[in-house]
Amino acid sequence: MAEVIVDNISKSFDGHKALDGVSLNIPDGSFVVLLGPTGAGKTTVLRMVSGLDKPDRGDVSIGGYSMQGLTPAQRNIAMVFQQYSLYPHLTVRENLAFPLKSPMLKTKAADIKRMVNDVAEVLQISHKLDNKATALSGGEMQRVSIGRALVRRPSIYLMDEPLSSLDAKLRADLRIELKSIQSNSNATFLYVTHDQIEAMTMATHVGVLDQGKLVQFDSPKDLYENPVSVYAASRLGQPRINILPADLFAGAPQGADKIGLRPEQIIQGQGVASTVTRVEHLGDQTRLHLSLASHDLVTVTDPYTRLKAGDALKITPHQPFYFGIDGSRIQ
Amino acid sequence: MAQIKINNLRKDFGSFNAVKSSTFTIEDGEFFMLLGPSGCGKTTTLRMMAGLELPSSGEILIDGVDVSMKPASQRDIAFVFQMFALYPHMNVRNNISYPLKSQGMPRKQIAIKVAEIADVLGINDILDKPVGGLSGGDRQRVALGRAIVRDPKAFFMDEPLGALDAEFREHMSEELRALHDRLNATTVYVTHDQLEAMQMGDKIVVMNHGVVEQFGVPQQIYDWPATKFVAQFIGSPAMNLLDFNGKIEAGASSTDMNGISVKIPTSRETLQGNLSLGVRPEHVHFSDSAPFRGRVVASEYLGTTRIVTLATPQGDIKVRTSSSTHMDIDETIGLEFDARTLTVFDADRGHALLSEANEGVLNRG
Repeated sequence: MAEVIVDNISKSFDGHKALDGVSLNIPDGSFVVLLGPTGAGKTTVLRMVSGLDKPDRGDVSIGGYSMQGLTPAQRNIAMVFQQYSLYPHLTVRENLAFPLKSPMLKTKAADIKRMVNDVAEVLQISHKLDNKATALSGGEMQRVSIGRALVRRPSIYLMDEPLSSLDAKLRADLRIELKSIQSNSNATFLYVTHDQIEAMTMATHVGVLDQGKLVQFDSPKDLYENPVSVYAASRLGQPRINILPADLFAGAPQGADKIGLRPEQIIQGQGVASTVTRVEHLGDQTRLHLSLASHDLVTVTDPYTRLKAGDALKITPHQPFYFGIDGSRIQ
Repeated sequence: MAQIKINNLRKDFGSFNAVKSSTFTIEDGEFFMLLGPSGCGKTTTLRMMAGLELPSSGEILIDGVDVSMKPASQRDIAFVFQMFALYPHMNVRNNISYPLKSQGMPRKQIAIKVAEIADVLGINDILDKPVGGLSGGDRQRVALGRAIVRDPKAFFMDEPLGALDAEFREHMSEELRALHDRLNATTVYVTHDQLEAMQMGDKIVVMNHGVVEQFGVPQQIYDWPATKFVAQFIGSPAMNLLDFNGKIEAGASSTDMNGISVKIPTSRETLQGNLSLGVRPEHVHFSDSAPFRGRVVASEYLGTTRIVTLATPQGDIKVRTSSSTHMDIDETIGLEFDARTLTVFDADRGHALLSEANEGVLNRG
């Protein structure tokens, strides 16, 4: 395992700036998640580290060595993509063993067998080891392709939305598995997703990308509790943070244009009058949709609330975030 | 708008039985969700309601009239698919007015109607644009406009948000629901996403393997699942099921789970054998003195809450707790359950045992 440093990388495709001076320090043994909507540049960063693409400017170093001019094979990395790619003529076992059989490695047959069995167990595919790779469901194929990365001990694992094609239950199981593999083996992960639950539950650090720029790099907790901008604040939180004109409530500091309120930053029962427009029972939480001076906001209340559409509810901010006209946070 | 009744509906494709025997009622003006995993028969059910498939047996009544053998065109419903099919060579206005033109509505009336719909959907400013250059959201609004403009008896939607990314999907689902609240149109909506169903639906039918597992309002289904399948399909994380071999007696308000006494809502049934104790993650609490112990295997931060996974003699259990709770991996701690919220299942047959707490909801007679 190794520290990975992305130093001031820029990349354009046909005049479109995909990455604009991105610098990123991926500490040895960390789980770094890149978060952002489609087109933010997440996958491009991953491809720069892997060597699948070359930066126009800047450099990537792994374990202290510059990767300039090195091919993906020379970089000692393991990759998992959203679209699985397996050898169709091989069994699951042969697919998993393939990376270990590389002549460069000289792994003993008994060791290969043990490593393949261990990985198969973690990924819940032991019973399919002797199936042809093509005789698997989509979810199983994706687990095999994750397994093929995990049997190796590369400098860094690079994963691009590896769980997004799996069903909810399996995704939840594999989140925990990937996280425990990473913390037990102290492996370094660079992981791309647009799923905020994956980011929050697995990451030691989250990098938020916005149109090719890294706008915040922090632990999930710091990103949630201390976002630098409206954009960063909107990445995490269900329901999404409410962004409203700052002057809706008293107490906005000078220069504040917007106020940001997560559900836990809204005190119910005092303050400004709003109207309940809809009550959503989601089981473990109940969401209140409120209308306040013709602005919509969403907050959370206890599951057995008696509130219903049309009721009045007073609300007041509690330690809210304030943002300036350019969207950046005002402390 | 209309009430839709489904009676003993069945569909076979050759020897494959896609829908077994569905019975439920969709009231006038409801936002109604057909929920289940892929292959459960939800889309087949919707297609039979729309007239795109003919049922093998059973009835579909729209406003009391049996339409089960009528073609789609005579049912007066509007269908919105996952892929919005728009006429690419027409502008937005022509796409929306097309259904009215083909009905032979006078041009003046069409203009009034289209303006009305454009207002509702907030697409006034794009009426004269070609559909080719529109964003995904606007394309979907146009597709909806074309469905709404006819004032049909009901709207049927088959995963209309399925192809969108998470952020945009959340936004559109709110918009759809708000639109429904303005029009009050009977809407039947197919999805495999339990959160979407809970969020948008007035009522939910949960299907699995062609069978209706449960039918009711979201919170009741969440609180009092009729089967193990529903318990695990609804909720994220799902309801915990702790398997044990034991005995439940009618009138008893506790049971013995491998030597640990667990308080439960007073049972109405007696059963000895393989049982599953169902408990939602937010109804498990940490307590140093509790005899039921678990070892922490994972702790996941989720902003407002934290999900802690523990290994217990009865299998893994997930606990929803406050995000400020700190847990060390491998720490062992006692677990207590909120007795009023528990459901006991017949582990082999998969259905919930009746108790004083769930009998009002399940009501199986």
